[in-house]
Amino acid sequence: MSDLSIEARSLSKHYGQLIAVDQLSFEVGAGEVLGFLGPNGAGKSTTMKMLTGFLPPTAGSALVNGHDIVENSLAARRCMGYLPEGAPAYGEMPVRAFLEFVARSRGFDGKSAVREADAAIDRLNLSSVPEQPIETLSKGFKRRVGLAQAILHDPRVLILDEPTDGLDPNQKHEVRDLIRDMSSDKIIIISTHILEEVHALCNRAMIIADGRLLVDDTPDGLIARSRYHEAVTLVVEHPEQVASALSELPQARKVELREGELTVFPREGAKLLEVITDAVRENAWAVSELRLEAGRLDEVFRQVTQGEMS
Amino acid sequence: MKATSNVMRRELSGYFSTPVAWVFIVIFLVMAGVFTFYIGNFYERGSSDLDPFFQFHPWMYLFLVPAIAMRLWAEERRSGTIELLLTLPLTTWQAVLGKFLAAWLFIGLALALTFPVWITVNYLGNPDNGVIAAGYIGSWLMAGGFLAIGSCMSALTRNQVVAFILSVVVCFAFLLSGLPMITDLFSGWAPQSLIDTIADFSFLAHFSTISRGVIDLRDLVYFTLVIGFWLLANVIVLELRKAN
Ligand SMILES: Nc1ncnc2c1ncn2[C@@H]1O[C@H](COP(=O)(O)OP(=O)(O)OP(=O)(O)O)[C@@H](O)[C@H]1O
Ligand SMILES: [Mg+2]
Repeated sequence: MSDLSIEARSLSKHYGQLIAVDQLSFEVGAGEVLGFLGPNGAGKSTTMKMLTGFLPPTAGSALVNGHDIVENSLAARRCMGYLPEGAPAYGEMPVRAFLEFVARSRGFDGKSAVREADAAIDRLNLSSVPEQPIETLSKGFKRRVGLAQAILHDPRVLILDEPTDGLDPNQKHEVRDLIRDMSSDKIIIISTHILEEVHALCNRAMIIADGRLLVDDTPDGLIARSRYHEAVTLVVEHPEQVASALSELPQARKVELREGELTVFPREGAKLLEVITDAVRENAWAVSELRLEAGRLDEVFRQVTQGEMS
Repeated sequence: MKATSNVMRRELSGYFSTPVAWVFIVIFLVMAGVFTFYIGNFYERGSSDLDPFFQFHPWMYLFLVPAIAMRLWAEERRSGTIELLLTLPLTTWQAVLGKFLAAWLFIGLALALTFPVWITVNYLGNPDNGVIAAGYIGSWLMAGGFLAIGSCMSALTRNQVVAFILSVVVCFAFLLSGLPMITDLFSGWAPQSLIDTIADFSFLAHFSTISRGVIDLRDLVYFTLVIGFWLLANVIVLELRKAN
């Protein structure tokens, strides 16, 4: 299955004067779950629309499993499943009829279309509403219908624009499990504003702003860029005293006191946790909480996207 | 072919799962009745044919067909389903044709439901049923022409009201292009051949020959070409302006 790949070559989209996507180049291979991150209007959805063959690129090109998305659009579309932003669906149709329509469009006929629709209904927990018109469903159910439509034909490439937006915590969990289960032999690209999702789901993350690729890294690599990475936070009595004592440590670069929490940042390459626990024991400070920080994704996100703008 | 009929079936089921279908059919039948029996003096004329019935069809279609056509693509744009439909593995042609055929069959159904008029005229007298059959065929073909225009106009916008107004205007121009009102605009400065060509584009002229019972190949070709041309324009409009 070595033919599984997505290749974007200087993909660009202009809307008049506005450059929504600016020469985006990347490659994705089998087993990768790629998270698209970026502020509103960054160009995530526009990129997905081009990859799925809906919008022709203004410049550049993209190949899905070797099929050019413009020259060979039908072949490219056949191997993809796509959840467009906002999960659009024909509102007056009942869930099952809608999924059967999509199944037939995907080349299943008669009985097998019915079977595929039913299987998708099961996988997305829609069995309580199969005959209900989609427009009368709640937002989370609508999103699940959109997901069911996208995964129905077990596509090799899945492109999901904000798949968990509007789902309750249980459903979020289930959808993430579903995506994780499918991911081993597929390419999955998701866009999201939920940063924890990147960590829970993706093995690669790209941050896009103003249509340009700013960061392409693993979620761990992303977190490691945080200034909180490897920092130690503690809640303690008499924090001012403790703070001045800790700032004497040779391993500490900086100590911050914020909302009763004391955070110690390490010098380049230094390990803090051990020296701080030793200091706590020696001085018998009354510590009620102590933790090693992994890093904060939201802070990295802000740093990357706003640092770029200013 | 399969993809086209799949789209067509989805569209048709859409008509009947909302009140649109029933409202349209009732209005269609009531208008057909009013035009024929009251305005057309069906009984008083004393001749047994369906001339008054068919004569009003172009004017009825002028408003009713755009009303059906306006939602074809504008609604897909507004609800975002256009993105879903056009990323399925089917060509824009198949999608356009499937939607057009569904609406055309639907109008055909409404037209077929006027059969009591046909029965009435047979009960009252001895009409030439061949002429009446030709009238029905011509009427349906003309509706297809209006519909193809409306479908194309609907692809231009996400607003159904705008789509409706645009298609009424364009249909009106096509309907009247043979009448002096339009040709006068051109006479005096345009060459006669152009004026003849414009006059030749009139729906009315082509429809009236068919509804007189003369099924001329030229008229059939004319309507087929009109439908083909506007559906092609429809496809091009969609390809060029998917995003808006
Ligand atoms: N049809 C359009 N016409 C003009 N501009 C558009 C159109 N669609 C998108 N844009 C612009 O392109 C830019 C990128 O939009 P896009 O929808 O790709 O952003 P996004 O990253 O998906 O944002 P969000 O997180 O809000 O979903 C935005 O500035 C948007 O206003
Ligand atoms: Mg978006």
